[in-house]
Amino acid sequence: MLSRVITFAIDGVQPRQVWVEVDIRSGLPAFTIVGLGDTAVRESRERIRSAILNSGFTFPASRITANLAPAFLRKTGPGFDAALALALLAASEQIPRDGLDAYAVFGELSLGGELRDSPGALAVAEGARRAGCARLIVPRERACEAALVEGLEIVAVSSLRAAAAVLAGGEPPTLPGARESARPRRSPPDLDDVRGHQAPLLALELAAAGGHNLLLEGAPGTGKTMLARRLPTILPPLTRAEAIEVTRIHSVAGVHADGLIGDRPFRAPHHTISAAGLAGGGSPPRPGEATLAHRGVLFLDELSEFARPSLDSLRQPLEDGSVTIVRGQRSLQFPTRFMLVAATNPCPCGFAGVDDRCTCGEIELRRHRRRLSGPLLDRMDLLVDVRRPSDEELRSPPRSSSARARARVARSRELQRRRLSGTGASCNGEMDVRMVRQRVRLDEDAQAQLGRAYSMGMLSVRGRHRILRVAQTIADLADHPRVTGPDVLLALSLRQRTAADAAAVP
Amino acid sequence: MSRGACDACLRRTWLLERLAGHLDPVRARIGELLTLDDDELIAAVGGSQRDRIIGEHEAFAPAAARERCAAVAVETICRCRPAYPAGLRALAAPPAVVHLAGDLECLIDLPDAVAIVGSRRASPYGVAAARSLGRGLGSAGVTVISGMAGGIDAAAHAGALDAGAPTIAVLASAPQRAYPATTRGLHARILGSGAAISELGPGVSARRWMFPARNRIIAALSAMTIVVQARSGSGALLTAAHADELRRPLGAVPGEITAPLASGPHELLRAGAELVRGPEDVLDALFGAGVRRVAGCDRAPLAPGLQGLLDALADGRDAGDALGEAGLDADGGLAALAALELAGRVQRGPGGRFTVL
Repeated sequence: MLSRVITFAIDGVQPRQVWVEVDIRSGLPAFTIVGLGDTAVRESRERIRSAILNSGFTFPASRITANLAPAFLRKTGPGFDAALALALLAASEQIPRDGLDAYAVFGELSLGGELRDSPGALAVAEGARRAGCARLIVPRERACEAALVEGLEIVAVSSLRAAAAVLAGGEPPTLPGARESARPRRSPPDLDDVRGHQAPLLALELAAAGGHNLLLEGAPGTGKTMLARRLPTILPPLTRAEAIEVTRIHSVAGVHADGLIGDRPFRAPHHTISAAGLAGGGSPPRPGEATLAHRGVLFLDELSEFARPSLDSLRQPLEDGSVTIVRGQRSLQFPTRFMLVAATNPCPCGFAGVDDRCTCGEIELRRHRRRLSGPLLDRMDLLVDVRRPSDEELRSPPRSSSARARARVARSRELQRRRLSGTGASCNGEMDVRMVRQRVRLDEDAQAQLGRAYSMGMLSVRGRHRILRVAQTIADLADHPRVTGPDVLLALSLRQRTAADAAAVP
Repeated sequence: MSRGACDACLRRTWLLERLAGHLDPVRARIGELLTLDDDELIAAVGGSQRDRIIGEHEAFAPAAARERCAAVAVETICRCRPAYPAGLRALAAPPAVVHLAGDLECLIDLPDAVAIVGSRRASPYGVAAARSLGRGLGSAGVTVISGMAGGIDAAAHAGALDAGAPTIAVLASAPQRAYPATTRGLHARILGSGAAISELGPGVSARRWMFPARNRIIAALSAMTIVVQARSGSGALLTAAHADELRRPLGAVPGEITAPLASGPHELLRAGAELVRGPEDVLDALFGAGVRRVAGCDRAPLAPGLQGLLDALADGRDAGDALGEAGLDADGGLAALAALELAGRVQRGPGGRFTVL
């Protein structure tokens, strides 16, 4: 007897429809699975056998062949268990065969027959809706996540037995409510915890408003990480589409398992991370930190300690907003639209600019700057020095709360969206050379200041574009119809100094 | 023939190059050794190879040496020629041949030259001071002489080049090659409008004894030697000692009393060196008070707010404190700092430290 059921493989972060076919014939008892499965798929035979027996069904003593179609698609992971088991039960007529038609099935089985928590349910649910399935069977733990997809009935079951009961015509169990988090939620960080740090806070707001990548430079312990953590709190909130996108990625990567993600992601990988860990890769290819930071902030602390290949692997993600990983026969795309915030010591000893504590020579300083990857610095529009706040500053009121800063950011983003409509860019940080030329309007004073800085050799050509992008964001935040002289001066003060720029002023 | 080198002087240079390895272990007495004539020098440091070296010395072919120089466009002037720099004749052991890459004229008509020397590991303050001295002296028509090492030396050369003035780099090893290699860019610019010179020929790579030997040439070429930053025991102080022996005036740029880098200049100041606060002090010491002025040193006055900020930075406040003192908030303050930078009054360094120029 033959039976079929739909399930989904996860290819990168995208669902791909897979038909599970099970055929039972008389012959020597055997159970083979074909269709390009990995070790986890091959081992699922043992899990399915035990799960079926422990759920009170019988395991047919015949020749069983299971096929995962299409056969060319490589299938990984234990997420096919439940689909295989249900197809087997249908083929051996222990559950009605026609009951399976409207269902997609997803989940891993335990030996006892429970449906285990499996990552990627949201992606599967999206696939199921697109494939036109009416109902999706998922493990109970993933019910909230799968239920984010509208127009699909979610059947959240905790065991194979329960799934079989629903297929036999029983009432599906009610969906569980959103799980209460085990540990109490800490109050999120807020800008009003920050005292002093006037210039870095200004730079954070500019970075958020214009979507500019930011480099924080300062001695150890001055608060670079503390400041970076607060950047997501002033970014505009995620739209529902963005939130679903983020949730799908985090669910597939197995770092999130409960409903919709509401906050922008903040990822801070350690500096020993490999290129594959940062940009994605491995076999099977998994999303890297750049993808996990999609729609959020990727924070690289101690930028100069990262391996050069790791940093260079970020070039494509920063440039294209996605990363393509090619493995043998196929290529995968992971989305990577994140804001990059990096922190670094100003010199190897870390104390340059702090009284006279720095003990580094000129050569060491030059080597330190060279370690910071040039192409990466080129993508960072803003550089701000983070200093230890004075005692007086620590006692002064905070500059702004996150809520107020977020409102200003949102207003300026609206201005930018209007100015950049029809260009494909949504904020100043995404403007390319042509858009800068067409859309950025300077007043006379601004022209003069910029011309002066350029002819003094303070800027490279690319540096000049960075100044224009940032000056436009400053003008947007201050509601200036044109970029003014002081806007340009402020942008110059927060300018990035790459090797090309530094060469101009030795 | 006012330039070129005679056979005897080329032979002497060949001998020094041949003995380069033998001289390193005895470099403490290098000054004394260089005063010996050829035979005495071979006897003193030749060791077991003495006889072989004597043979090679006799068989030396000056034509080949001249060809080697010509092949890399290195010019020579020996001490027997009238064009040989007069200052060098004051030395107990003047270099037999001056090898030169770049513009020969700037060495022959060497006007009043000033040496600016100091530490390789200079602070931003020292680098800024050396550069502004180089620029000021260059624009007043003084040739700046230094050793093209990193730090103070490089800044002094760069300052003179800023002013469009010729500058002379005295190298320890081959003149047509940049040593250290990190100074390649600077070396090329110096050759463009000035010259790099050396006692030794185009095939020589650096050895430790060549640096103290080179320092005596820097001192002898210059009418005055200025030390910007030097820890005690630094090579720059050796240059100053040579200048003192030659009875040439010394100048020193003061620093903070707590900084080890300032200890060298401060020692010199206590021993009677001229206090150098800027190029004017050097010009006054060389030519008499007010005789020569630095061209284009009059700066446009700043807006009152900016002047207050500049003064606070000049007093050594860090950027944040200076902004507070000048009563500026973050936005206005950062713009004000950029305005000062644009006016050429400050330079931004690592860690947000501003150096007043």
